[in-house]
Formats: sequence, C-alpha cells, structure tokens
Amino acid sequence: MVERKLLLGNEAIARGLIENGCAMATSYPGTPASEILAAVAHFQRVHRLSMHTQWAVNEKVALEIAYAGAQAGLRTAVVMKQVGLNVASDPLMSAAYMGTCGGFVVISADDPGPHSSQTEQDSRMMAMMAKIPVLDPESPRQARDMIAQAFDLSEVHAIPVMLRPTTRVCHARQDVDLRTPTVLDRPAAFEKDPARWAATPKFRQQLHHELEAKLAAIAQFEATAPQRLNLEADGRRAVVVSGVASAHTREIVQSMGLWKQLPLYQVLQPYPLHQTFINHLREAYTDVLVIEETTGVIEMQVADRDRVQGKLAGRVPAVGELTPEVIARVLARFVGRPVNDVAPPVVPGRRPTLCAGCPHRASFFAIKKAARKAIYTSDIGCYTLGLNLGAVDTVLCMGAAISQAAGFYHAYKHAPQRPDIVATIGDSTFFHAGLPALVDAVNQDVRFVLVILDNRTTAMTGNQPTPATGLGAGGEVLQAVDIETAVRGCGIDYVRIADPYRTDELIAVLKAAVTHSRETGPAVVISRYPCVLDKRQAGARTEGAVPVITDECDGCGYCVQQFECPAIALDEAESRARIDKVLCSGCGVCLHVCPKESIQPLP
Amino acid sequence: MSPSVQQQIVISGVGGQGVLFVTRLLAEAAIARGLPVLTSETHGMAQRGGSVVSHLKVGAYSSPLIRSGCGDGLLGLKAESLELHGHFIRPDGWRVVNQAGTGDGAAHVDADAAAARIDNPRAVNLVVLGFALARLSGGDAAVNRLFCDRDDIARVLEVRLAERPEMLAASRRALDAGYAIGAA
Repeated sequence: MVERKLLLGNEAIARGLIENGCAMATSYPGTPASEILAAVAHFQRVHRLSMHTQWAVNEKVALEIAYAGAQAGLRTAVVMKQVGLNVASDPLMSAAYMGTCGGFVVISADDPGPHSSQTEQDSRMMAMMAKIPVLDPESPRQARDMIAQAFDLSEVHAIPVMLRPTTRVCHARQDVDLRTPTVLDRPAAFEKDPARWAATPKFRQQLHHELEAKLAAIAQFEATAPQRLNLEADGRRAVVVSGVASAHTREIVQSMGLWKQLPLYQVLQPYPLHQTFINHLREAYTDVLVIEETTGVIEMQVADRDRVQGKLAGRVPAVGELTPEVIARVLARFVGRPVNDVAPPVVPGRRPTLCAGCPHRASFFAIKKAARKAIYTSDIGCYTLGLNLGAVDTVLCMGAAISQAAGFYHAYKHAPQRPDIVATIGDSTFFHAGLPALVDAVNQDVRFVLVILDNRTTAMTGNQPTPATGLGAGGEVLQAVDIETAVRGCGIDYVRIADPYRTDELIAVLKAAVTHSRETGPAVVISRYPCVLDKRQAGARTEGAVPVITDECDGCGYCVQQFECPAIALDEAESRARIDKVLCSGCGVCLHVCPKESIQPLP
Repeated sequence: MSPSVQQQIVISGVGGQGVLFVTRLLAEAAIARGLPVLTSETHGMAQRGGSVVSHLKVGAYSSPLIRSGCGDGLLGLKAESLELHGHFIRPDGWRVVNQAGTGDGAAHVDADAAAARIDNPRAVNLVVLGFALARLSGGDAAVNRLFCDRDDIARVLEVRLAERPEMLAASRRALDAGYAIGAA
C-alpha cells in the first residue's frame, strides 16, 4: 500500500526535490517559502541522502551557489519568497542566457493578498523578463509533481526553470502519496567553456539567440501543455485558470452547475504559453476569461485582445488575492448571472504584536527614551512590529534601514538642525543586506546610530539559524561569524554590546551612542538577547518572575500605549492595568516602564 | 466510513493559541479514516498574536479555501472568532465558541476557565476541540456533524506526542475536560 501523509505544500515541494535526485538545495527564509529548505534538510537526515542543503546569507548568494552546482551537472534548486527573487534577479537574468547542464529549479513563492510581504508582485513576470519557463501549481500534490517536470524541462532544454507556488499552495496541507527518494549516480563534472560560462557581450548575443530558440521549443513541450479539465463541456465561451485559482474555480464551476457548459483549461506553464493553445483559444471561442494570480501573464500572451478577459481587461480584480468569493463574482458576471454571495464583514481583527518578553520591545522602549525625536529607520523582520510602539518610521526592504539612515543624513546635512537618526536591523537581515550599506555609511561618515537587534536567530520565519548561530539547516555545526567582528571589519570604531532586559543600562548605552553620532561618527549598538520563541536557545534565557501591579496604579494607560506587551491589559472598569500570568514571560522589563512605579517585582 | 463525507470546518483564533495544532489533529484524523483532506493555514507575521484562521476540508475538494456561507462548522478559540469568521458558515451550520455565557446561535464553552481548572491554561484549543467532539461526533457523519470522534483524535495525539509522554497526558486531560463539559 502506498503511504499517504499529510504534507504542508512546502513539505510536498521538498519531497519533490528529494524524490527527483536534487543534489544541492539552498535558500534564504521568507514567508511563504520558509519551510521548504527545512523540510529538505529533514528528509535528507531521515533518508540519509548525500546532498548539500544550506541556508545562504541572502537569495543572490543562494542562487549563485545552486547554479554553480547545475553548471557542474548536478540537479540543484534554490528557494526563496518573491521579494527574495528581486535580490537574486541579477544572477538569474544572466543564468538564463548561459543555461544549465544539470537541472536547475528556481522556486519563488508569491504572496497574493499580501499576507506577509511588502508586495503582491508576480514572480512569473520575472520569469518572463529572464526568459525562462515557469510552472504554476494548484495544490501541494501538483507542486510535488511539478518538481519532476521542472527538472525534466530544465535538462531537456538546458535552461533554468521556475516553480511559482503561492501562499495557498505553500501553506495548504494535503494527503500526499510518498515516493522513494532518489540519489542520482552523477558526480560533479564541470566542463570548462569560457565562451559560455564567462561570455563577453559579443558571445552574449549568440546566447540570446539560443535562448529564444529554447523558448520557442518549450512553447511546444508536450508534458507541460495546458490541460482541459472538463472534456464533456461544450460552448463558445471558455475559462482559463492557473495556480490555486484553478483549484478554486473547479469547485465553483461545479457548484454553479456549469461543469458541462463551460470549457475549463488549466495552464501548467504560464510562460511561455503553448502556441497551439493560443491558436486553439482563438479558433474555438468567442470569449475567454483568464483567472490567474497576480498579474495577467497568461492573458497578455493570448494575442487576440477582443476575446480575452482578465486582469488587464479589468474583468478580474488587479489587486488582492483571488479568493473563492472573488472568483465566484467574476464567473457569475462572465456567464451573465446575478451575484449572490455572503459579504465578509469588515472587522479589522487583531493586529500582530511582539511576543510577551520579546527583547525587541525592550530595545524599542530604550531607543524612544534615548532619542525621542530621532528618525527611526527600520527593516524586515519581527521588529517591523516596532511600528506599533512608534519606534519605526520606515520599512522599505531588506537592509534599507542602514542605507535609508544614510539617505536621511545626507538629505539633512546642510539643514540648520540635523535630526538624530536611529536605525534598527535584525541580526539575520544585517548579514543579508546590511553589510554593504554599513561599509557605505562608514565611507561617507554618516552620523547615525545603528542598533542591531541580535536575538541570535531568524525569528519571523520560524527561527532559522543566522551566520552567527554556527549551525546549518540540518543542525550541523558550522563556522560562526561574529557580528561585532563583522561590524568592526566594516570600519566602525564605536561598537557597544548591551542586554535589552537590563533596560536602564541599554538606555544609557544608547544615549552615549547618540552623543557619539552627533559629535564624532557612526555608532553601533548590538542589543543582544535570545528570541523567546527559539527553543534552541532556551538555556540562554534567564528565568524571571511575574511582577505585580500595585494599588497605586491609576489606569493612565502609559504602559499599554508605550510598551504594548500582550501580557498587560487595561481593566477599564476598575481603571487599572492587569498582568496576564499565563502570557507573562517574567522578563521584568515593564518594571522600567511605569512612570509612577506601580509595576513592582513580586515581594 | 462513508466515502461521501464532505465537511468544511473553519478554526479561528489568535496566533499562539494552537489553531494550527487543532487543524493538524483533525486533518490527521481524516487521513486515518481514509478520507482525502485539504487545509489552509495562516503563517508569518499574523502568528505574532494577530488573528489567525485555518480552513479544513474533508472529502472530495480541490480548493484549500472555504467560501463564505459554505462552511459546515466553526471552532472559535476566541470570543471574537464568531464575529470575525462566522460569515464562512452556512446558516444551518454549527458554531462552537470559547466564551462564557450563551446566545447568538453558537454553542459556548468557557475553555479559558476549564483550562485553568486543570492547571493547563495554554490548552484552550484542546478543551474547545473536546467540547465540539462531545457535541458533534457520533451519528451520521454524512449529515455534516463532525467526521471524527474523540478516539480518532486521541489516537492522533498518541502518535504525534509519542516521545513526550507528559505532554501527551496533559493534552489528553485537556481534551477530556472539554469533552466532559460538552457531554454534560
């Protein structure tokens, strides 16, 4: 009997990799893609597979490592979220020209909504720009199966292939039949060919010609051709779907009783769209509705603009996730039926917040005390939530806290009063994209304070190790890179390390750093305490006790507004604050917060 | 077990409460019964104390999401779950909500108090699940009560927590505490 297991979409993708002889997998964590590499490492350990699995310092480095493996003839994969692909786009564009020897799969997970991202960008557009094929799965099971297709496509046409799952595939769970892990008997064998692997512009044009020829052939590749989902349907209007929109649309077409009337096609490979399919749509149908996320990639390749309805034609919403409710409305309009749907209520829900006992909260509180009127540039991670505390003014992209601090400094350089500037960045983000920006800031003598919020982990995405952790994806021991040494290596002279739980000391350290930044040069403070969610570091945290709120509390609300700890709530009826003993971690930072000293240690 | 089981259940709560864990238990129970299953989960920033929701679909489905007004049941781990995610449930569907008191068409259980009584305040999720199992399992699953029962969930817990006997015992106690309230 086949073993059926409940797999998260990301685990199914990992399964696809190890079932198809992937020999190297690299990644940088990012929602919704984070669990893929961890699952590869897990299967690697369980099945004792000889392969290389690693968290890389960023997506560009991850892609370059995995690509070199494919240049040496191995099957390799690189995994990231869609905004990570922006970081990795430089090597991707070039790798598309040079092509591959072994199969090379670029997995870029999109986040329509967005649920946990800065943008709703469509990685398939990036595949189009790079001129590489992209596959678009509708479910965990299909995502697993598409890995086999992707390796096949990549090796037949010597081209990188993208797999583009979305949040609803990555974070769906489904019963999946497990197949045997495969290790290919294929040693690394890099063949020198400088005209290809180190091509100068003259040769690049030739490579571009070859790439166009590959794309034309891939647009006829039988295995990834669109599938007709309901052969029994007959009509002059058709619906084309891809990705998870395909899974939603199937159910909705059935519930509308249109399964036998409305021909439904699932596109597996949105780019390049199969030429015979484009011709077929034009010949067979008067109207074609395209439902896809998040841009009209398929739609724009269907040449006949009068016939095709989709995002570009304004028939499908251009913004937001294509939920079943949205698709039901679009379909009803397409077939001329009234729309009757239960409208979801407009209830904001609960906003996310830093955990009780989170060291970041203490750091932000101290920063506000030390530099009240500063410009606060920040970055991507849990600490983005410092915006709830009024201690985050900007969040642009990975690493920008430092370069934006520099930009504000230069913008105000000749102003009569220069504002203080305090940048916050996490340890993992610092390694990812902060290092070059810090070199630049030193070089330009930018007067700012950089606070590295060092919780020794990549917390937001599930506590993956950072280069400072000294552990690999499978828990193996690696060479740790020390943050302070790296900071000094960038040319920073003024570095201080402080413990955010000793909040008064951190405030003093920050005040001195602000003074240094005004008078002398850039200053760096490493605010170091382990993440409260990181099981690996449980032993490194100190045990605390739940404090008490004395009867002197007058319910002014300062602690709730300025500190926003989930364990402290305002009892409006009794006009006082209360501590939730279940949530409280006993960190004791709130003892420093109450201006009336009504929060006291347990007597 | 009838292969015609078709059930769509919404599990709603706040990041950190164990919405994912309950979803997982129910999904594993479905697999153990030989039923196809699809779930959709909230990951990422919302897990830091924000509102989270899981969709669980047991039976022949292709979409991981439940459409508004089509869900069969709601497990609400917070009082606000009904207001936030009640719209997913069809008018004659079931609603189980962690809240003291009665009213608004839902079955209420004060799971916070029950979990505190057994000295396991973080097990609210299992108390609510136990309560729902007492009220909704048994009978004909095809008429859209719960597709599984307490024994199914107990077996899944045993497998999942096989190496953590203390946690298994505590989880069983929480499940049973909720069940006892529901069966009373």
